[in-house]
Amino acid sequence: MMDTATRLARDMNRGAGRGEGAWPWLAAGGVALSLLMVVALLVLLAGRGLGQFWPASLERVTLDDGRVFAGEPVRQIETCDGHREWLYATANRDLDGQAWRWVEAGRIVSRETPEDLVRLERQRWGPFIGYVRAVQPSANSPLGQPAVESSAWRILQARLVRARALRERLATLRASTLAPLAEELAAAESPRPATLAAFDAAQQQAAKLRDALGGESLVLESADGRRLTVPLESVLDAWRPNAMGPLAKLGLWGQRVWAFLSEGPRAANTDGGVWPAIFGTVLMVILMSLVVTPFGVLAAVYLHEIAYQGRLTRLVRIAVRNLAGVPSIVYGVFGLGVFVYGIGGTLDQWLFSAQLPSPTFGTGGLLWASLTLALLTLPVVIVATEEGLARIPDHQREGALALGATRYETLTRVVLPMALPAMLTGMILAVARAAGEVAPLMLVGVVKLAPRLPLDGDFPFLHLDSKFMHLGYHVFNLGFQSGDIESALPLVYATALLLVTVIVVLNLTAIFLRHHLRARHRVLHR
Amino acid sequence: MSVIHSPSAAPSPIVDFADAASCFVIDDLTLDYAGKPALSGLTLRIPRQRVTAFIGPSGCGKSTLLRALNRLHDLNDEAGRQGRIRLEGTDIHGDEVDVAELRRRVGMVFQAPNPFPMSVYDNVAFGLRLQGIKRKRVLDEAVESALASAALWDEVKDRLHGSAWALSGGQQQRLVIARTLAVQPEVLLLDEPASALDPISTLKIEELIRGLKSRLTLVLVTHNMQQAARVSDYTAFLQAGELVEYAATDRLFTNPRLTRTENYITGRMS
Repeated sequence: MMDTATRLARDMNRGAGRGEGAWPWLAAGGVALSLLMVVALLVLLAGRGLGQFWPASLERVTLDDGRVFAGEPVRQIETCDGHREWLYATANRDLDGQAWRWVEAGRIVSRETPEDLVRLERQRWGPFIGYVRAVQPSANSPLGQPAVESSAWRILQARLVRARALRERLATLRASTLAPLAEELAAAESPRPATLAAFDAAQQQAAKLRDALGGESLVLESADGRRLTVPLESVLDAWRPNAMGPLAKLGLWGQRVWAFLSEGPRAANTDGGVWPAIFGTVLMVILMSLVVTPFGVLAAVYLHEIAYQGRLTRLVRIAVRNLAGVPSIVYGVFGLGVFVYGIGGTLDQWLFSAQLPSPTFGTGGLLWASLTLALLTLPVVIVATEEGLARIPDHQREGALALGATRYETLTRVVLPMALPAMLTGMILAVARAAGEVAPLMLVGVVKLAPRLPLDGDFPFLHLDSKFMHLGYHVFNLGFQSGDIESALPLVYATALLLVTVIVVLNLTAIFLRHHLRARHRVLHR
Repeated sequence: MSVIHSPSAAPSPIVDFADAASCFVIDDLTLDYAGKPALSGLTLRIPRQRVTAFIGPSGCGKSTLLRALNRLHDLNDEAGRQGRIRLEGTDIHGDEVDVAELRRRVGMVFQAPNPFPMSVYDNVAFGLRLQGIKRKRVLDEAVESALASAALWDEVKDRLHGSAWALSGGQQQRLVIARTLAVQPEVLLLDEPASALDPISTLKIEELIRGLKSRLTLVLVTHNMQQAARVSDYTAFLQAGELVEYAATDRLFTNPRLTRTENYITGRMS
């Protein structure tokens, strides 16, 4: 990276000739600084964000007063009075009421890494750190002290594999059979007996799967010897980092990163994944592009090719450019007032009056968010397209006209194909701007946790009225609105990294598309 | 004081043609651009199936006149016009005139070669497709014959589907001529068609112009007086928006009637 900057600076020096003084170096310094900041940003996000998925070693810590606890060392700080303190992620929120612990370094007597220390991922209460003692039928009284089973860990692992398969079957059953049937039943006034029977059968099947999942419980023991019995089905994953080699850790790291990308959030978003947020962001940006590109292109074509180039047109052009500078939250307010309450409210009265007073389109949703962002990015598309149109030499237009083409034919057969790369540039800029926008979305439909994805197998498949999750808002929500900031912070970094990645991928897709088209009209700008 | 007025005393410096021999009849034409006059009170006739050249210093209005003949001049928001232009007896500004059809009949070739960013074939077929011709056999034949008329067929027959922008400047200009010829125009307007080309390409274009006059009427605007002398049958000399002298080319260059013309063609004024 620094090489690039140095080479750049040298090239600039060469271009400027000798004796030009310091300005080439200043300019090169600016470039180097920008590059450095980009790299620093990515390194920070990647380090902090991806590091948390690494299965770090767990320690069993003994303090000078004889107390014992287990946890994952997170960081060390120096307090103002010169003491050093360690922060441990101790998990076990259900036992201790907190998942973090500050310990004075001087009070630590010993730190061990026993191989049988286990970290469990659970559906509720966050992770657990301690020992697995036994797997037993739930019927057994949890008060009776069961024998410590040496094979408990092996049994647990086998159960986890089975549970994963069962959960998958249950999810498929819910999505593909139960949900459509339920919808059909809710919609029909007198349900057909066949549907009812099918629904009952599916429910029974689901109950059977749930039964197969449940029925056993896991006896856990914390480092200081407290016992705890949890239902086995609430355990999602378990590993013993101290007993794992680097390769096994790497594999687990990959699994956890994948789970982060592909699963929904748990525990008030501070645990689990961000798949719905990725999905919401990408879908919203795609819908936004589908709306903004045709409108922006039409507006630019009108301004540049059709309108009388007088004072009014110039005024409109200036106004459009200034629109790009309006703060995005203002667009959010506009979207709320016009789209959500205005158009959405009216739509509800006309088409969905049966559901009132609960709103269908009269509340924030995917459609209004996409339209608001389309409005926000409209100037970008107009300006980019107009610049593209201005670069097309007049003799190309005249060439078509002189062959007997009408103005419309000239536009569609010569001008627009040549302006295509510029339109795509506009779209790229719009995508880049829209994907990172959060403020207006908070007013027009983004939520902390959406019950379902806005695109699914149920008719009409794309639910434009549904609320959705967004990576940018997820970052804000994790960072500023979650109770457990220590758990949330690494996820903030990871989500921010993901947001950057999503934007880069969206941009690269558009750039690839443009390059593909540009190859057809090479040497346009002679 | 009496004004001596005898029209037959000196022969008029403006050559005239019978209606039957005229392709364009221009009557008291005044063109302006954003209020500034470009041509004033111009009256002249352009003979059918001849090459007529417009010469004159830069800004004399010759290109504006040319662009008025296929109404490209009208496209500019700030362009104005008075007077009449008739093509084969019909006023080209008449209400019933279809501008696109007029421009098909009056083809135009510009100073800089302007092939579209398409293949050679698609460039030539462009005008035909505009007319709704889709059948491949018809298009193929028309493209070949147009390219042959523009003396380009042999050079491009193996790269018909390569980009037109890969051709040399001279080839591009001949391609543009072929593209125009493909729609069977009656008139071909040439706006300094060779000014961007090397001498050999220029020669080829000039040969082409001479060869085409058996089929259509050609109107040529040029800065290059040798070129006007080489290819045209009639030459009109314009200066400051006025028609000064219009005569058979041989006569105009060997024996100009007016001193202004003589000064210009002998290079005694800019």
